Amino acid sequence: MKTLRRYLRLLAVQLRTSLLLGMQYRSDFILDGVISLFFTVTVLVPMLVIFDARPSVAGWSFREALIVTGFFTILNGVLEGAINPSLNVVVDHIRKGTLDLVLLKPVDAQFLMSTQRFQPWQMTVIPAGILMFVFAFHELARAPSATEIALALLLLGGAVLLIYSLWILVICLAFYVVRVDNLTYLFSSIFDAARWPASVFRGVVAVVFTFVIPLALMTTYPAEALLGRIDGGRVAIAVGVAVAFAVIARIVWRRSLARYTSAGG
Amino acid sequence: MSLANTARAMPTLVRVGVMGAVAYRAELFVWMLSTTMPFVMLAMYSAVAREGQLAGFGGDDFVIWSIATFVVRQFTGSWASWQINEEVRSGTLSMRLLRPISPIVNYAVENLAAMPLRMIIAVPLSVGLFIALGTDLLPHDLGGWLAFFAAWFGAWLLTFTVHVIMGALSFWLEQSMKVMNVWFAGYLVFSGYLIPVSLFPAGFQQSTRWLPFFSQIGLPVELLTKAEARADAGRLLAVQWGWIVLAMLIAAALWRRGVRRYGAVGG
Repeated sequence: MKTLRRYLRLLAVQLRTSLLLGMQYRSDFILDGVISLFFTVTVLVPMLVIFDARPSVAGWSFREALIVTGFFTILNGVLEGAINPSLNVVVDHIRKGTLDLVLLKPVDAQFLMSTQRFQPWQMTVIPAGILMFVFAFHELARAPSATEIALALLLLGGAVLLIYSLWILVICLAFYVVRVDNLTYLFSSIFDAARWPASVFRGVVAVVFTFVIPLALMTTYPAEALLGRIDGGRVAIAVGVAVAFAVIARIVWRRSLARYTSAGG
Repeated sequence: MSLANTARAMPTLVRVGVMGAVAYRAELFVWMLSTTMPFVMLAMYSAVAREGQLAGFGGDDFVIWSIATFVVRQFTGSWASWQINEEVRSGTLSMRLLRPISPIVNYAVENLAAMPLRMIIAVPLSVGLFIALGTDLLPHDLGGWLAFFAAWFGAWLLTFTVHVIMGALSFWLEQSMKVMNVWFAGYLVFSGYLIPVSLFPAGFQQSTRWLPFFSQIGLPVELLTKAEARADAGRLLAVQWGWIVLAMLIAAALWRRGVRRYGAVGG
């Protein structure tokens, strides 16, 4: 309990530092927010064009697909605002050999590395995602029930855990291939495919995106929960997979860390 | 900074560039993977095409569109703006300015030197797929191919010049890369990179083809895979090269003034 409180306090300090750092550049804050909204629009344009010609694609109407897009947008905000910034710093540390400074501190290195930088302005897209839900449900002329919202939130939490764990796994690559410093792009480009409802994918791709890189669990499952189309079994699978990935990521992280040789090695 | 100097340095520059690309091959590979958006879009378009054609596009047409877009993108990629921005802010640009050739030539050669390595992956992939899916969409005469290659080179030149403009803005704006991001958002929507321009509503299509974004990728793709575009190649190429001339004039003016200003800051 005492440890938990210590870590929570540490998290608060880290968040505050990031926020203060961000507020130093207020004009950036606004500009970055506007730019992320632009990128949200680029996600919507192809959908508008496609659904203008078709009432539904792969069993999804525009309104339903918009909920998937909403979750994609929200997760993108989390990724860009809370996950990418910190983990970019890790890659930098690994390359420069300054990771020692972090490892020497008397707290868990993974925790410290994962919380060291947040970019709150990247999160401006989250309200945009919520707006998509509001619009979609307004058009569907119904509101999700409390249970549906709770399930969707649970699955969204699982999705965040999944993304974070996958990111850690990608980061671990940096211990082996030190030269790669554009890993963010690699990861984002894989995540890009999560913008579509999972039923769009066929064959091998569908299998990969369900089991290897579980994109389906990240956006489609929460959307189906919100639409009231998910059953308990699939929720359990989604949560189980998220936890499994977190455990695997933790193990791989520790192994990779053992390989770290600093600048001298 | 004479032309003769530049010409003499060229073979060495190219060799250094190619060696640099080979040394950072893992990074280059990741960059290539980060340009796979056409394939992500293809997943959706294929799902649409399974239920019937969309604006004349069937399943195979979307596959061909995505390959063509991917390959054209490989050879029109540039990162000069980030490079210039970084070097202006850190001051390492001074090193380049001391050399007896223009830094712009240097950036351009570095850019082009990465192409052969990208080609090793992109060309076999695209040739294989084109053979499998049929080559009847491709140009059938020399003129068609020439128009395509002119548009392809033009697309790279325009993209590179836009990067130089954005990079040169760093002499004034610390955060010029944000301007680049806004440009990139426009590029994603209007260039044909995410969505074939032919899928847009008819009136909107025509105006989109006048935009510089379209000249950056959509034009070579259409000249490679669309017969109607080839019939109109002269006008479309004129638009593209018009943008190139304009962009080069802006780039030259900004760069000249910026470098003068940069000297003042350092001195």
